[in-house]
Amino acid sequence: MRYSTLAIVLHWLVALLIFATFPLGLYMVDLPLSPDKLKLYSYHKWIGVSVFLLVAIRLGWRLTHTPPALPDGIAAWQRRASAVTHGLLYGLMIAIPLSGWLMSSAKGFQTVWFGVLPLPDLLDKNRELGELLAGVHKALNFTLLGLVILHVGAALKHHFIERQPFLQRMGWNRKART
Amino acid sequence: MKQHLPWLALLAVLTAPMAHAVEYRTVLPKQSTIHFEFRQMGVPIKGGFKRFTTEMAFDPARPEAARASIEIDLASIDAGSPEADDESAGKLWFNRSAYPKATFVSSRIRALGGNRYEMRGTLMLKGRSREMVVPVTYTPGASTAVFEGGFVLKRLDFGIGEGMWADIATVANEVRVKFRIAATGN
Ligand code: HEM
Repeated sequence: MRYSTLAIVLHWLVALLIFATFPLGLYMVDLPLSPDKLKLYSYHKWIGVSVFLLVAIRLGWRLTHTPPALPDGIAAWQRRASAVTHGLLYGLMIAIPLSGWLMSSAKGFQTVWFGVLPLPDLLDKNRELGELLAGVHKALNFTLLGLVILHVGAALKHHFIERQPFLQRMGWNRKART
Repeated sequence: MKQHLPWLALLAVLTAPMAHAVEYRTVLPKQSTIHFEFRQMGVPIKGGFKRFTTEMAFDPARPEAARASIEIDLASIDAGSPEADDESAGKLWFNRSAYPKATFVSSRIRALGGNRYEMRGTLMLKGRSREMVVPVTYTPGASTAVFEGGFVLKRLDFGIGEGMWADIATVANEVRVKFRIAATGN
């Protein structure tokens, strides 16, 4: 059983964008101030906001659809763990861009998506709050990193070690659909 | 009629200062501000200067005799963030150790009608000077008058942001400057 095409496309698109934004975030923060740094900050924010929008669509899909059932023979605790992990992943994929947006407002740098669409500043400029939110953004990101490792590790373990047809669930191969 | 003349003379003397309006000379620093705004990656960034001294004399009855000069302590900058404040001191920006101040000295003030005036003068920044034309509005108050105006300066005219920072796609060339000067009469 496979997820729907929309769910699969969104899953991999979001994954790709997060794999780009995360290292970009780590790299850019340590650069000395320069025009390149300002550009990278903007690109980071633009991609991050895109992730937010795509995840909002994903959540909309997820709340109105039932994902394909897990293969038989998966322990109840693992089913629960996977539900919890997925819930946390969704939560973080919303909370991380949100914290970035709020942080930017508090630091006094509005977010203008792709240099075109200005997002409203939900917070007034406030240096302390900006620094606090930067810490929140960073902490949420490292939590995400941990969960992604768990998520990927679990999928690979089921697929390769337990030899359950797991990756097909989010795969491109239509023939895998049963 | 004759015996009234001294009284009339006295009345004339007493009312003279009223007919001849006050001259605004004493600037109130706490009620005066200089702000600026520029775009960075298309995003508006606000800043300002906290310390500056203004000397002025303005008599609405004789605007052509008015004058103003402003000296800005560039170390008092708020460039939008602490990183930008530090960066602005460097050689590529204000080169503050060599040029700690910016000055403006008016050369000619002209009434445009209503409470609007045009002030011409020289802005000196980082050792470079440029003629500026600055529209100013005058708002009289009970004891304090407010003078507000603004202009757009091109930072590259003054070498503000050289080298890699000369890239105006990242930091725009135009900087919108706005001031508000409050002054009382003598
Ligand atoms: C999926 C979305 C996002 C991911 C994975 C992500 C990831 C990261 C990471 C890993 C860092 C480095 C943290 C550190 O080491 O201090 C970072 C920093 C940052 N992010 Fe994001 N981010 C995302 C979305 C956003 C959004 C939407 C915005 C703003 C609209 C944003 C604004 C920032 C800013 C301004 C910093 C620098 C913080 C600082 O200067 O300390 N991020 N991000």
